[in-house]
Parts: sequence; C-alpha cells; structure tokens
Amino acid sequence: MNEQERPLSLVLFSGTDDKLTAAAVLAVGAAAMGRPVHVFLQYYALDAFRASRVCADHGLAPEATAAQAAAVRGHPGQHWSELLGQAKDVGDVDVQACALSMEVYGIGREDLDPLVDGVQGVAAFMASATDGQVVFM
Amino acid sequence: MSTMQVDRSIDARGMPCPGPLMNLIGAIRQGQVGQVFEVLSSDEGSKTDIPAWVAKAKHELVGVVDEDGYARFVVRRAR
Repeated sequence: MNEQERPLSLVLFSGTDDKLTAAAVLAVGAAAMGRPVHVFLQYYALDAFRASRVCADHGLAPEATAAQAAAVRGHPGQHWSELLGQAKDVGDVDVQACALSMEVYGIGREDLDPLVDGVQGVAAFMASATDGQVVFM
Repeated sequence: MSTMQVDRSIDARGMPCPGPLMNLIGAIRQGQVGQVFEVLSSDEGSKTDIPAWVAKAKHELVGVVDEDGYARFVVRRAR
C-alpha cells in the first residue's frame, strides 16, 4: 500500500448520528484501503464533535420514518466516534474543524473532542483535497 | 484447508460491517509475517471487503469457506 492513493475528502455538515455513522464507515473503508482521508467539520457536524457532546443523542436525519428510526437505533453497530478512531488507527485520517463554523459557535480548539486534529480554513482544506473526490454529507 | 495451521482465530460473528475486517487488520498488524489468521464472519460485507483488503494490502487469501450462517476467511500475512 505504498503507492500514493488519491485522498478522499469528506465535508460533514449534518450532525445527526446516522449521517455521522455513514461518514465514519466511509472513512474507515478508505483508510483501510490506503487512501488518505480528510474530514472537514462544518455547522451541525462540528457541534457533534464538541468534547462534551460526542456521546449525546444527535437524533436522526429527517427522512427517517418511525420504523426506520427504531431499526437504526436498535442496531448494535459501533458509535461513529469509535469508528473514526479506528480509521485513524489504521490509516492516514485528518479531521479538521471549519474555522467559520468555530466562529459561528464561538468555541475554541479546547472545546473539541481529541478526534479533531485542528482548525482549518476552507482554502487549506481544498488544497489538501488535491485531485481526490470531495463528498458533502 | 482443513488441515492448515491457524496461528490466530478471530470470531467476529454477529459484528456488523466493517467490524470483522477491522478485527482482521488489527490482528495482522500485531502478528508476524508468515502467520495465518482466520476470521469467522456473518457480515455479508466481509465477502467483498476481506478479499479486497487482502489484495490491496498484498497479503494472501488462503481460502474462504461458507459455513452454516457465516463464512470462514483464512489469510496469511505476506509482508
């Protein structure tokens, strides 16, 4: 796995547990397959990465019906924060908080979970995306 | 394959995707080159994930055996 792989860049906007889990699964898969992964946290996703809120209930996407919500909540899979930790463990995964969103909430680096590696502006994030895909969730 | 010496067996039955693959990766990283690892998985995703990862990571997929309700993946760490 030494050849240079195209990075996968995930822009996380939604902060519901289902979308964060879907994103974390993509990150684990890409990292396991040797692709660098860049995660950019904006708005509601960033809010979910506050150290005090990672383990809180972040709800589900609005399209979840009552039956689907029950199925998703009842599934014994790992929490998205744990999956993201595994992704960082097996591969090159960098998680950055959007500087603008940090300002919106009036929070600092110290308010974020240790899964977050730093605070970045959008241009730096795009520079790191190079010629790989950028996925917005 | 039934006679193959397995150095480490991982029972990941009941774990959802990508759990069994991640357990295999963790075990291989802790193990040594030449050792043989076996993963038991009931996750359908493993049937595509484990061969894809083994090829990508340049290890050797010794075999995949369908059992009752799960599959047995045997992998040799090649490097």
